[in-house]
Amino acid sequence: MTHIRSAARDCVPGCGNPGGGRMWILRFGRYIRGAPSGGASYWGGLSLGSRFTQAAAGGSDGRQEAAGDPRRRGRVYQNPTWQHVEQRPLPEKKVTVEVLDHLERLALVDFRNWEGVQRLEKAIQFADQLHAVNTEGVEPMDSVLEDRCLYLREDNITEGNCTEELLGNARETVEEYFIAPPGNIPLPKLEERDTFLQVSE
Amino acid sequence: MAASILRRSLLAPRCRAGDVAALHSGPSRRRAQGLGPIASGRRAGNSPAGERGVAPWVAVVGLEIHAQISSNSKLFSGSQVQFAAPPNSLVSFFDASLPGTLPALNRRCVEAAVMTGLALNCSINKKSLFDRKHYFYADLPAGYQITQQRLPVAVNGSLSYSLCVGGKKNQMVTRTVRIKQIQLEQDSGKSLHDDTRSQTLIDLNRADVGLMEVVMEPDMSSGEEAAAAVRELQLILQTLGSSQAIMAEGQLRVDANVSVHHPGEAYGVRTEVKNINSARFLARAIDYEIQRQIKELENGGTVMNETRAFDYKLGCTIPMRDKEGKQDYRFMPEPNLPPLILYDTKSLPANMNHQQVVNIDWIRERLPDLPSVRRVKLVEQYGILPEHSFTLLNEDGLMEFFENVVRQTPMNPRKLIGWILNDMLGYLKQHNLTVKESPVSSLFLADLLNLLEKGTISSSAAKQVLEELWKGEEKTPLQIVKEKKLELIQDQQELEQICQAVMEGHQEEVMEIKKGNQKVLNKLIGLVQRTTRGRADPVLVKQILEKRLSQ
Repeated sequence: MTHIRSAARDCVPGCGNPGGGRMWILRFGRYIRGAPSGGASYWGGLSLGSRFTQAAAGGSDGRQEAAGDPRRRGRVYQNPTWQHVEQRPLPEKKVTVEVLDHLERLALVDFRNWEGVQRLEKAIQFADQLHAVNTEGVEPMDSVLEDRCLYLREDNITEGNCTEELLGNARETVEEYFIAPPGNIPLPKLEERDTFLQVSE
Repeated sequence: MAASILRRSLLAPRCRAGDVAALHSGPSRRRAQGLGPIASGRRAGNSPAGERGVAPWVAVVGLEIHAQISSNSKLFSGSQVQFAAPPNSLVSFFDASLPGTLPALNRRCVEAAVMTGLALNCSINKKSLFDRKHYFYADLPAGYQITQQRLPVAVNGSLSYSLCVGGKKNQMVTRTVRIKQIQLEQDSGKSLHDDTRSQTLIDLNRADVGLMEVVMEPDMSSGEEAAAAVRELQLILQTLGSSQAIMAEGQLRVDANVSVHHPGEAYGVRTEVKNINSARFLARAIDYEIQRQIKELENGGTVMNETRAFDYKLGCTIPMRDKEGKQDYRFMPEPNLPPLILYDTKSLPANMNHQQVVNIDWIRERLPDLPSVRRVKLVEQYGILPEHSFTLLNEDGLMEFFENVVRQTPMNPRKLIGWILNDMLGYLKQHNLTVKESPVSSLFLADLLNLLEKGTISSSAAKQVLEELWKGEEKTPLQIVKEKKLELIQDQQELEQICQAVMEGHQEEVMEIKKGNQKVLNKLIGLVQRTTRGRADPVLVKQILEKRLSQ
């Protein structure tokens, strides 16, 4: 149970919950109610533990009920509804230096050091969990707005003529034009750059 | 004909070696002066082999055309679309990519894209999606351009165009080029390079203006074909009204993808040619690039997959500085825009707001006559040749002029077309004027031709009057005829007297004719004409002379 308590400790106390003392613990989406009579203690230690054990032992009686009083009944399930997926390490060799250089050049990000690269690899591992899902025969979703109507605007002139406001945002302007450097300056080649990526395997 | 194009571009001012910023190393190329008739002909093997016995080359040209949509406001924002305006005055917060702004699609732009798709025989996708194309450049403040890469509005169409072939350019053939897709996309701003102060000035008036990108398959094989296809597309867009397609104002931009290969082998590496400002330069740029690639390959070099800019002053293509290497645009679906759904009469839901619906069938019914249809109608209605109708439609306003004159004169249209195409058009080209700027109105021309038809003046006199009219001094044809005394002599007696005088003055010729030499008769007719200063009807004169001579 230690991991639960540490998670609870991670939650920032007093995070502005309007309803007096209730705390959301996001990992389990569980609705925990602390001592109702306002108070500094967010959860009575023992009472919390007992509540957890109750639930963990499949305490809900078949029907998923939201904890808490009927006025606050939500649609949040008591028990987790997803399965744990094994996070496999990256299948091929790790992200290569060529790819990192390509990314830095394209997106103008700076990984700065190997820790940054590791964060990238962890993000890729996290997203790779999607491979466990069977998507046969399912249309890929392009947009969460796919059931909305795209609003078509009439062809009328409604905006413009705010030159001073726009130019006010720029540091340098000349005669109502924005000033930019003369063309893209591409990143120098990997060999010529002073970057941690040069220490390559 | 292909060879003659090559020779012309061989003689075009050549780029200095320093200008061709040779980024690519490779075998040093000698200046290829007069390499002889290297053939880059059409496919189907009618290109002759080169002098050195090299296998014939075949060029493959594909075009990407961006046409600015003619609308009041921009594609995703409500700011105005106007060509020359104070810098950054037609820019809304969305165009400047200020945070917190969202795109709102313009209905008129969707309709323009559907109209163009229908006119080019495309199938319209009832559901199309918007994507983001990411690249960094100062005139693209958001860092991405909203376009339609995965599922565009229209796909799989065709464009038919005609061009003149044959030695004398008098045979018209029809070719077709397939249209891969038509998509809606945003325009970027305009950047003015100030090299002296090493900075770029950015004007966002043009940012977010709606563009239709027409992607053609590489079905063409010379600059001339490409220019003809672009001209036809220009006419179609102008007829539909979806774009004014004026290349000089940047409303129609063409990028050409050019490669060469031997027939039967795989396609060669292609280069992209940008910065072409008119249809004429398009043909020259493509032909130059074809030639450059052939020369490069024949000298043992390789063609790099790069982007080149056309320099119209030097007549050559130069590698562009900023576009080195292959760009990775990292396409992703546009998260702020749902799919664009178009309807037709069958799929139209019953109670939808009309303003929110773009009905494909409604637009199809209201399409105007396309240029190809109008040409056929002209030929049927007036009995002129197809080449004539082609020229009539090619010149802006000439068809209306022609029809105005036809209405006002009983002259046979076939005869009239000669006057229009040879005389009027000749004068216009000489003085570099458009039909609208012509000092001779259709009314005056009709009056003149009526005088001709009635027999008041002769054909040569009519040409004289036309020349006078071109001075634009607001005199009617009749006034000019009276002033210059160009009327035909109507009095039979007077004519007979003149003929008699001529005959008496040239007894030798009379003897010759009486002996049987009829050709001398023409000389006598010519003499009569000179005496009357062109005011005698040659047919009548001939009759009188013959009558007299046989007496």
